Amino acid sequence: MIQIKDLHKSYHMGSNSLHVLKGINFDVKEGELVSIMGSSGSGKSTLLNILGMLDEADTGQYILDNVPIKNLNEKIAARYRNEFLGFIFQSFNLINYKSAADNVALPLYYKGIPRKERTEKAEHYLEKVGLKEWSHHLPSELSGGQKQRVAIARALASEPKVLLADEPTGALDTKTSYEVMELIQGINDEGKTILVVTHEEDIAHMTKRIVNLKDGIIIDDSRVEQVRADQHV
Amino acid sequence: MFSKDRWGEIIEALNANKIRTLLTAFGVFWGITILVLLLALTNGLRNGVTSGFGNFATNSMFMWTQGTSMPYKGLPKSRRFNYKIDDVAALKSQFPELKYVSPRNQLGGYNGANNVIRGTKTGAFQIYGDYPEFIKQKPMDILQGRFISYSDINAKRKICVIGPDVVKGLYNKDEDIIGSFIKINGVNFMVVGTFKITNSQGDSEEEANTIFVPFTTFGQAFNFGNNVSWMAITANDNTSITDVKESVFSLMRERHTIHPMDERAIGHFDLAKEFGKINGLFSILAIVGYFVGALVLMSGIIGISNIMLIVVKERTKEIGVRRALGATPWTIKSQILQESLILTILSGMVGISFAAFVIWVMNTILDNVGPVENFANPSVSMTVVFTALIILVVSGVLAGLIPANSATKMKPVDALRIE
Repeated sequence: MIQIKDLHKSYHMGSNSLHVLKGINFDVKEGELVSIMGSSGSGKSTLLNILGMLDEADTGQYILDNVPIKNLNEKIAARYRNEFLGFIFQSFNLINYKSAADNVALPLYYKGIPRKERTEKAEHYLEKVGLKEWSHHLPSELSGGQKQRVAIARALASEPKVLLADEPTGALDTKTSYEVMELIQGINDEGKTILVVTHEEDIAHMTKRIVNLKDGIIIDDSRVEQVRADQHV
Repeated sequence: MFSKDRWGEIIEALNANKIRTLLTAFGVFWGITILVLLLALTNGLRNGVTSGFGNFATNSMFMWTQGTSMPYKGLPKSRRFNYKIDDVAALKSQFPELKYVSPRNQLGGYNGANNVIRGTKTGAFQIYGDYPEFIKQKPMDILQGRFISYSDINAKRKICVIGPDVVKGLYNKDEDIIGSFIKINGVNFMVVGTFKITNSQGDSEEEANTIFVPFTTFGQAFNFGNNVSWMAITANDNTSITDVKESVFSLMRERHTIHPMDERAIGHFDLAKEFGKINGLFSILAIVGYFVGALVLMSGIIGISNIMLIVVKERTKEIGVRRALGATPWTIKSQILQESLILTILSGMVGISFAAFVIWVMNTILDNVGPVENFANPSVSMTVVFTALIILVVSGVLAGLIPANSATKMKPVDALRIE
């Protein structure tokens, strides 16, 4: 699903140049649940941004679902993001003046799907994350865990190939974190490819594979025994 | 571009911060109100001043004779002369661009001696000898009967058309006017019509004390012969009287053996030129109105632009999220543009409506207190309204342009990082 070869990325700040990714190689197959770990500054967020086409690598190859991702202009990048990727953010990033259902329907709006179908799909995915009764509530009326579940429903709504989660549990307490991870595991069980960036060991062990990043290179990439989140709840 | 969903998005975004939206809209509302009101006031001033001209056809001049100022062909200087009725025919045949050439004679003057008698009543009125065309140069309402006709001219009938104050001075209430006789300077004339001059200021008393008789009858009855005291000349709509008047004067000089350079022999008043001066003044005033109004409006628009910039800044993260979810830069840009456009147009429409209401109030007050000097009927035409709307649309786009660009300038990854 994802193939990455010799990916380099550096940031320039004035005369200083910061080499963040120093040759990343890794593949993700369909249906995998991968966590990317590393201390802050290890380059894990940068890697995720490049995977999410929010940022572009300096050199190297990135192939997503057999489509080489390079030389994107903003318009094509926007289309690819819409078609291929679903984002889950640490701070949820819901639009605060839109109801939960409207938030979920937003990527479908950008996809050009008619309103009726959008509403149906949004309801469907909200039901899937267990928030059917909350569909008309504004984000400010939801708890953190509920917000993140709305965000997950939003990421799922456009039926992407890959879900990218950037510290999905970073702003949640342990119990809620496990609930969210349980949801993510459930989605993965249905065959969706998911990448999770985290620095929490317990969260990482709830995935099936841990990629450890340090100073811009992968120091460890191993499959682990998945810990089911529902055992903790 | 303007789908139902887009409308929803825009209304949601504008609703998200109602007070700010209202305050922003107020700038444009105020600007357009000032613009429309300024133009309406200019118009009111123009209406007031031009109505002082009476309602005489504006593309006209009056031409009379004065003494010659140069000797010519053995004739002395300071010679008096008179236009003749032939001059009228000559002018009409030589200058097809002249619409009406009305020779006129006058008897009696303002506050003159009594010259009209009916039974035991007398009055001092102005008596004009006129041609039927005159009513087309100076519009008046015929209240009863008719105006002078060409058969009156040809038959030299002793008939007359009288003004409202003549009726008041010579007749009791409920008396039949048409068909009765009045004695002008000892000659009996039958009254065939009464008139009233509407839409006129200043001269109304004089005009109400007027009696019109056929020009030919006038000449014979009051010993004017073929003499013409002065002429009221109106040019066709597509030619200006100011352009043809010099050649008219040349012809008159030639026909009356006057030195071609003698400017003083022929007196005239060019109504078109005077009217043009006033009109020019008001055109300038209208431009000033547009200018000042546009400047006020501009500050409103800058306000919108400013607020949109802040809104964009505040929504940087939201815009980043939208882009992560698949919004193209153009989608974002056009949404910002449309937000500012709708804000501008809506507040502009409210402004125009408010200005219209104020104008209506002004007109109602004017109607109640009666005519005010040099000010009448403040109003704006549909052209002004449409111009204002076009200005609004253009400025709405301009106001949104900078914020829209800044909304997509930041890379989505940076936008998402902002807290």
